[in-house]
Amino acid sequence: MLPEIEQYFRLEKLPHMWCPGCGNGIILHCLVKAIDKLCLDQDQTSIVSGIGCAARASGYLDFDTLHTTHGRALAFATGVKLAKPELNVFVLTGDGDCTAIGGNHFIHAARRNINLTTIVFNNNIYGMTGGQYSPMTPNASRATTSPYGNLERPFNLAELAIAAGATFVGRASTYHTKLLTDLIIEGYRNKGFSLIEVITHCPTSFGRQNKMGSPADMLKWQRDHGVTALRYDNLTPEERVGKFVVGVLHKDEAPEYTAEYQKLVEKFLGR
Amino acid sequence: MSQEPRLVQGNEACAEGAIYAGMRFYAGYPITPSTEIAEILAKRLPQVGGKFIQMEDEIASMAAVIGASLTGAKSMTATSGPGFSLKQENIGYASMAEIPCVIVNVQRLGPSTGVATAPAQGDVMQARWGTHGDHPAIVVSPSSVRETFDLTVRAFNLAEKFRVPVIILMDEVVGHMREKVTLPEPGDLPIFNRVKPDCDRESYYPYRAQENEAPPMALFGEGYRFHVTGLFHDESGFATEKPDIVARQLRRLHHKISYNLDQVISYESQQTENAELVVIAYGGTYRAVARAVKLARAAGLKVGTFRPQTIWPFPEEAVSSLAQAGKKLLVVEMNYGQLLLEVQRVAGGRCGVYSCLQADGELTKPETILNKIREVY
Repeated sequence: MLPEIEQYFRLEKLPHMWCPGCGNGIILHCLVKAIDKLCLDQDQTSIVSGIGCAARASGYLDFDTLHTTHGRALAFATGVKLAKPELNVFVLTGDGDCTAIGGNHFIHAARRNINLTTIVFNNNIYGMTGGQYSPMTPNASRATTSPYGNLERPFNLAELAIAAGATFVGRASTYHTKLLTDLIIEGYRNKGFSLIEVITHCPTSFGRQNKMGSPADMLKWQRDHGVTALRYDNLTPEERVGKFVVGVLHKDEAPEYTAEYQKLVEKFLGR
Repeated sequence: MSQEPRLVQGNEACAEGAIYAGMRFYAGYPITPSTEIAEILAKRLPQVGGKFIQMEDEIASMAAVIGASLTGAKSMTATSGPGFSLKQENIGYASMAEIPCVIVNVQRLGPSTGVATAPAQGDVMQARWGTHGDHPAIVVSPSSVRETFDLTVRAFNLAEKFRVPVIILMDEVVGHMREKVTLPEPGDLPIFNRVKPDCDRESYYPYRAQENEAPPMALFGEGYRFHVTGLFHDESGFATEKPDIVARQLRRLHHKISYNLDQVISYESQQTENAELVVIAYGGTYRAVARAVKLARAAGLKVGTFRPQTIWPFPEEAVSSLAQAGKKLLVVEMNYGQLLLEVQRVAGGRCGVYSCLQADGELTKPETILNKIREVY
């Protein structure tokens, strides 16, 4: 591990329990690099996670960490942030966690524009429970619960967040690490709800069922299918098939919930 | 100088009692017949520097309450039967992770959506065993408006002292009833605040405690950088599956309550010494029982009352001694027999246990109870 990020890890909890080749470690690396660049006070920063592979990340990070119930990370984080707005709160959640059982909390956290930086580890599958399809599993992809190919259509999470009112939305992949770090920094600086979707590779539960090759092959797939918005605009409809846009997808300004509530409190306290 | 007596609703007394206890964070989702608690707190909390949030659902409300409590805010939510069911998973989380909080359930007639505004007491067992796994529970049930205030304060004290979710099991009768009461002044009732660690970060173990106590609780943002999880965990707070550590943790969760029953259990009994028959009731039902017993006494029947204020843990010793003394026990409740099971268990065949049960959305009338008293006396 790079010496400059060691201080953010609970080294005694490593090595992590993720499968060989998993992309989650890359995301954690980008997260702590972003935290380091932002010079955040480690004692004033909380990491909240739900249940699943991604959610186990909180245990490895040396902050106040909260490993919650399935899908509820954003709801717990809302309590932390509203009760103590001065804390920096990052929410780490998987695609199954965030978009299925936690879908309602996701759209409402975005609607409130509460100042939470949410990183969704999108590996297109329920990894920890062994490879069942999630709301982010592509149509026709295989999962243990879609043995004949997924009949459902996936969410476009970024568009969902924008429609629900998120004021910063970005997407990267575990291939686009520099971009991911930058998006986390920008997401943190946004005064409101920020979503950073990370396309990550799950070679064990998703890649294997869908014949995507080695972890390196899956990273190459991300490289070849992740394009910037500018490039995407110049692609023909045929060329766009299977591609996903990376970079900043949405930026907006809106009143932030905890700040609005604080104004109300201060009115009564006569400040 | 005491406050002027005024007309106060049960739900209002609950809200005001919570603020009196120091509650500064409320998250909830509206449901009849508990809504006044949320409405009052939406107005009152910002006035006292607290926070109110109407969450997107019941599950989120319970989650937010736990998150807020971790930052040091005394936290509460209020709901009714269907909402209480939804909160259960996170009530279990609070129990496991030892997060102090208070959950109010103003019961309505069920199952399911039931009758929204009808009084009922059908959630006695849900309050005890609603969440999965084997866990302790503290559940209090008030019978009057003033007692709602006092027991709400007590619920917070117990939650903070033992680091547990405490349930206030009300019913529609008490929640919506208005009574002339004098509310206490600051300082009149004791307030307990959670114990915080007095050590530095390196020597802090978030779950290190004697077998009969709750560990000191650090708060998020204080520099302790600790981990909280709903998984079984060791003293350091990190997940473990080692059977001896798992067993020790679960044992301590139970023992911190069961070794301190004298601090937790409260009840009220009247005229039991010379009674042939003791009527056991709680919450709104007790009000009709009190009237029935008065009529019975006037008719020369030796009848007393026993009213648990803490339903869980059940006041086993006190009821056991009534059974030992051979008094007949009559349980009156607005359900098909829930606390009755506990009374039967404790009585253990040493005395006659009878019941007067009604679950139709109406409060049991004193005459109905009096008839039952005459029948079994």
